[in-house]
Amino acid sequence: MNFDEKLRNISVIGAAGKMGSGIALLLAGEMARLKNLPQNRDFKYRLNLIDINDDALDGLMKYLKEQLVKAGEKTTVMLRDLYKDREDLVENYDVIDQFVEDALSVIRVGTDLNMVNDSKVIFEAVIENKDLKVDLLKKIDRLCGKDTIYLTNTSSIPIHVLNNEANLDGRIIGFHFYNPPAVQKLAELIATDKTKQELKDFSQELAKRLRKTIVPSNDIAGFIGNGHFLRDGLYAISEVKRLAPQYTLPGAIYIINKISQDLLVRPMGIFQLIDYVGVDVYQCISETVNSYIEGENLKDDLLEKMVEKKVLGGQRVDGSQKDGFLKYDKGRPAGVYDLDSGTYKMFDPAGWTGELDKKIGEYPKGFYAWRQLLADPKREEKLKEYFKNLKVSNTLGANLALAYLKRSKEIGNQLVQSGVAKSAEDVNNVLLNGFYHIYGPINNYI
Amino acid sequence: MKKLRKKVYLTAGYNTISFGSGRKEFHPKKARPGLEDYIKEAGKGVIAQINDGNNIDEGIISNFMAARFCKQANLAALIPTVHPSLEYKPCTRVEGACGSGGLALFTSVKSICSDISDVVLTIGVEIQNTVKAIYGADILAGAGHYLSERKNGHAYFFPAKFSDRAGACYDKFGYDYMRKSMALWYKQAIENARKNPKAQEYHNSIEDLFAAGMTPPNPKVFVDHLNIYDCSKVSDGASALIFASEEGLKKIRVDKKDAVEVVGFGTAVADLTKQPEDLTKLTTTQRAVQKAFEMSGLGPKDIGVLEVHDCFTVGGILSLEAAGFAKYGEGATFVAGGKTNIGGEVPTNATGGLVGFGHYVGGTGVRQAVDCVHQLTGKAGDNQVKFNPQRPYAMMISMGGNDRTVTAMVFKRAD
Repeated sequence: MNFDEKLRNISVIGAAGKMGSGIALLLAGEMARLKNLPQNRDFKYRLNLIDINDDALDGLMKYLKEQLVKAGEKTTVMLRDLYKDREDLVENYDVIDQFVEDALSVIRVGTDLNMVNDSKVIFEAVIENKDLKVDLLKKIDRLCGKDTIYLTNTSSIPIHVLNNEANLDGRIIGFHFYNPPAVQKLAELIATDKTKQELKDFSQELAKRLRKTIVPSNDIAGFIGNGHFLRDGLYAISEVKRLAPQYTLPGAIYIINKISQDLLVRPMGIFQLIDYVGVDVYQCISETVNSYIEGENLKDDLLEKMVEKKVLGGQRVDGSQKDGFLKYDKGRPAGVYDLDSGTYKMFDPAGWTGELDKKIGEYPKGFYAWRQLLADPKREEKLKEYFKNLKVSNTLGANLALAYLKRSKEIGNQLVQSGVAKSAEDVNNVLLNGFYHIYGPINNYI
Repeated sequence: MKKLRKKVYLTAGYNTISFGSGRKEFHPKKARPGLEDYIKEAGKGVIAQINDGNNIDEGIISNFMAARFCKQANLAALIPTVHPSLEYKPCTRVEGACGSGGLALFTSVKSICSDISDVVLTIGVEIQNTVKAIYGADILAGAGHYLSERKNGHAYFFPAKFSDRAGACYDKFGYDYMRKSMALWYKQAIENARKNPKAQEYHNSIEDLFAAGMTPPNPKVFVDHLNIYDCSKVSDGASALIFASEEGLKKIRVDKKDAVEVVGFGTAVADLTKQPEDLTKLTTTQRAVQKAFEMSGLGPKDIGVLEVHDCFTVGGILSLEAAGFAKYGEGATFVAGGKTNIGGEVPTNATGGLVGFGHYVGGTGVRQAVDCVHQLTGKAGDNQVKFNPQRPYAMMISMGGNDRTVTAMVFKRAD
């Protein structure tokens, strides 16, 4: 069975989740394209989207329709070519509509696992729980033939553990998308020593079709992406704890979130990012990775307390941000959670946050926000100049940022030394393509 | 008509902001003014400069595709929203795609010359931000021949038409030669626009404009031979002014020093169902300009301020050749030599042109005339050109579609 044949029937398990829905979107688009190619017009295409949450499946269809329209609007040049023989499709509007209709028509949604029956490719994107994943994989493997291949979106559980416990005999590979899958260019590919060559080849081709950049990671819990993100976040929390006696806990969270966005020139502050991922998801990743890695503490009680209090962040079905470490107003941070009182302390530029801004100090000369540099052809030059000035700034903010950058670099190097990543370049590529950073952690700026 | 049978004056020009991406206050999801707001703003902007709105005899409005962008047609009947006295007066809407504004000028001149009116309020308007650019491209494609061109046309239909022209120029004159000049055109357009608070590119903060203009085209996401900097943007806006006879000027009590006089014009259309004979030439533009020069007895050497229709940088350069300012194939040299700069031989598109000021399609021709009035009457603010006494005339060229519907007009200070 060649690549295109395998793509005729795919199932996504956990399809209504944040990652599952994004993967479904990418696959539906590619299947719509394939079924319109002259050589494929006689074949049936099916994308089975399965989730235990029936309500969420309603939201999924709405999400997919909206996102497919956007995808069509961005690829109209290609779509006009795809539909060039259709005399009835003349305007961009006609072509985009047809694409959305074609993509939606391959989709079947449901809560019944039996829907996987005829699939030769299974995407697994359920929550980060090893036992659940193993149980599902076993069930599916009984329903499908032994020629079925599995791509798991796990971001932390070692693939060999899933392979061994579910008896998949090398038919599983880690294919880790980044959030949101439709936007982030990265896919981390994690093969085990048992993974079949055919599956590795399939994954490479699939990544190409979905326009993703592959970075290989070794099969060590957390892989490269979460290997960095987890330690980076835990460092931030340790800094918060260090600063809390002087600035209070909300104050310290405010400071570290701010410097990790602005002075590190990242797309969002570290606590905003943890909220974006979900505090509970982050905590779960932390527990999982900690259970597989020896000689390093990768847990923190602050995370546990937040989860206990059900302050979880994450997103609503419509994509809006829920409150976590920070409170959000129209998607922008507007307050900080105070663990003691269980309430949010709202930002007040004329009051306490204004005071903290003064303490953080003036930003170094040559400072640009992340967004300003994103598409700047002279970005590298400007970053170099900025970081040079940061090093001699000697403000509270600059010192915290410098220490943070050093730790981030150290984490990157540690991932290479411990064999998780093959090279510094791979680490940098993960942060650039999966986290939207504009420079890699392993750099010569610091 | 070889000569104008009576004097026709223009005065009281008004441009709204050209609104769209690039303006700091623009956000696609935020509410913004609509069609009627722009018509009113421009019309009232004119009336504020004349003695009494009651003296207007007639209204002309140019627009391309409000019927699709705003689901609104019958625009002539929106002119009375500008001033109560316009109720029950004759009003006409004209359309010639991107050359609609030029046709509004042409129609206004005819109305004065025929003695039907002494004072005409001429408005040009387009609202485009109501749809995303990819669907706007469908609408604008109506300026081409739908039946024979649209199905096999590009997603970005019009950029692709001028991309084909750019490609033909690359083949004939060399890629580097053309690309450098197109990048310089972009640079000049933005530098001029930065001096005009109403220009869409007023807030443009790109540091190295030439480098941006040199960006290699990316056919995968856009067209084969143009980058996005070669293109005018999607704009909302309106322009308006008064056309008046000698009598009319007296009625509205405008001093001649605040008016300009039409000395010649030419309008030409080419068969929409046919393809251009030579992609490296704007032959219809050439005809229209030729007529305007014949009527005025002038030539390129007399023109001290020029407004050309640079919907795309390459179109601007080809216009210079078609109008006789540069020889065939030498438009790029003309631009590279700085001759179109504010202080150059023929200052061109002093407020930024379509690339810099913006391109509210059906209103652009009127905007060009307004800018000529401002230049000749010394009201162009930071965009003011110091006229070379040997070149006291201003010229504008309004082009519709792929060089299909063109109007050229030449003006001088009123005396």
